[in-house]
Amino acid sequence: MSENKKEEIIKVNHITKRYDDNSVLEDFSLSVYEGEVVVIVGPSGCGKSTILRIMNGLEPIQKGEVTYRGEKVDGKLGSITRIREKVGMVFQSYELFPHKTILQNVMLAPVLVQKRDKKEVKEEALQLLARVGLAEKKDSYPRQLSGGQKQRVAIVRALCMHPEVLLFDEVTAALDPEMVREVLEVILSLAKEGKTMVIVTHEMAFAEAIADRVIFLDAGQIEEEGTAEEFFRHPKSERAKQFLNSFTYEKK
Amino acid sequence: MFKMLADGTWDTLYMVLISTLLGYLIGLPLGTLLTVTDADGIRPNKVLYKILDIIINITRSIPFLILLILIMPFTKAIVGKSYGTTATIVPLTVAAAPLIARMVESSLKEVDKGVIEAAFSMGAGYFTIIWKVLVTEARTSLLVGVTIALGTILGYSAMAGVIGGGGLGDIAIRYGYYRYETGIMIVTVAVLVILMQILQWVGMLLSRQIDKRRKS
Ligand SMILES: Nc1ncnc2c1ncn2[C@@H]1O[C@H](COP(=O)(O)OP(=O)(O)OP(=O)(O)O)[C@@H](O)[C@H]1O
Ligand SMILES: [Mg+2]
Repeated sequence: MSENKKEEIIKVNHITKRYDDNSVLEDFSLSVYEGEVVVIVGPSGCGKSTILRIMNGLEPIQKGEVTYRGEKVDGKLGSITRIREKVGMVFQSYELFPHKTILQNVMLAPVLVQKRDKKEVKEEALQLLARVGLAEKKDSYPRQLSGGQKQRVAIVRALCMHPEVLLFDEVTAALDPEMVREVLEVILSLAKEGKTMVIVTHEMAFAEAIADRVIFLDAGQIEEEGTAEEFFRHPKSERAKQFLNSFTYEKK
Repeated sequence: MFKMLADGTWDTLYMVLISTLLGYLIGLPLGTLLTVTDADGIRPNKVLYKILDIIINITRSIPFLILLILIMPFTKAIVGKSYGTTATIVPLTVAAAPLIARMVESSLKEVDKGVIEAAFSMGAGYFTIIWKVLVTEARTSLLVGVTIALGTILGYSAMAGVIGGGGLGDIAIRYGYYRYETGIMIVTVAVLVILMQILQWVGMLLSRQIDKRRKS
């Protein structure tokens, strides 16, 4: 497979993650390679969000290490912030700054964190907003936008940092069904461009369409791993079959 | 009498505004430090939080009149005398700072944790998060706090009249209490009430203006 030649960007190496006494991940490892789209699926509470948060340095770990292009991410803020600039994260509940306009939301980190030129950032921000069809909303405030629009802004906000990896944590879970598509289309277009992404989702049709590699997680363990075709069409484990069945309905 | 009232009003405003300003100079960083170092803050520090917490609680539990007398030597050392409007600024500031620190703390703690986390996830450092996220996002609540602080300090400043603190409270006590000139006292109190009303009105108007979360 060509993936072997590609560079490993994020490597989660034999980590253990506990919340108080509750162990969520034990000796867990996962690598993300350049240009691939990894989709993580699994039942609620199995640790999907925790993995993304660890990849972004938002969660302390008890054992193991996370490396970014071979560089170890230690607990020091300097090292973590450097990596966070390269790893964009989009959250389920958007987390836009309510008192900032759409444009200000997008420009904040590139200007203040990356210290880039304001004019250049603004130009790029406007281009990106136009790309997701929200150019005319630049001076609106988040409350004036629909959920789907807010989530597209959140994606633009992450993109404007020029991240090397994008992490999506159930970004459509809080949306009304008719808004899910407009957000997923944006993510699909990013995948077509070859962006490296790790996606946690409950949208199985979307997962199947976008994934280069599917990780099926159960109770903090990788239960099954394969291409979208392998996992969705020919699941091997009983747990995976059961899980996939839970998305289909039969008339009794 | 009009001149006296006008001067008194001016003195009161002078005391209240300056001590609230000084109070914020101390209280804003203090309140921010409390928010940051609290257990669920962005940089928890149990020891520092506890120390600040205790100092603030002690200062706040001393009744203002007692505080006024208690710190007289301190006031004298700074201003050169312990009565009059300028001298009253010292105890007013000492009383205002911890109150303001608490209000700043509670305002900043209202800021959504998810938004703070999003800022962290973009690589923002503590300074950026404090100024561009915490303070900016809490500004409506902070402004309401300013209104409350001004109102409270206005009340305190009137109390300082008991020891010749100057301003409207001083006039009310001198004429109403010592000379039984109830008329003047009532007018003075009326001016205080009006000041308080204006303050409240302007404060609420401004905070509504800057609140971007409201549906328009
Ligand atoms: N801050 C926390 N403190 C304590 N326990 C936590 C915390 N966050 C998550 N957990 C626990 O860790 C486990 C994994 O949580 P996580 O959020 O990663 O699950 P998830 O797979 O994303 O679930 P979902 O699909 O519901 O989002 C859960 O059992 C959860 O209860
Ligand atoms: Mg989750």
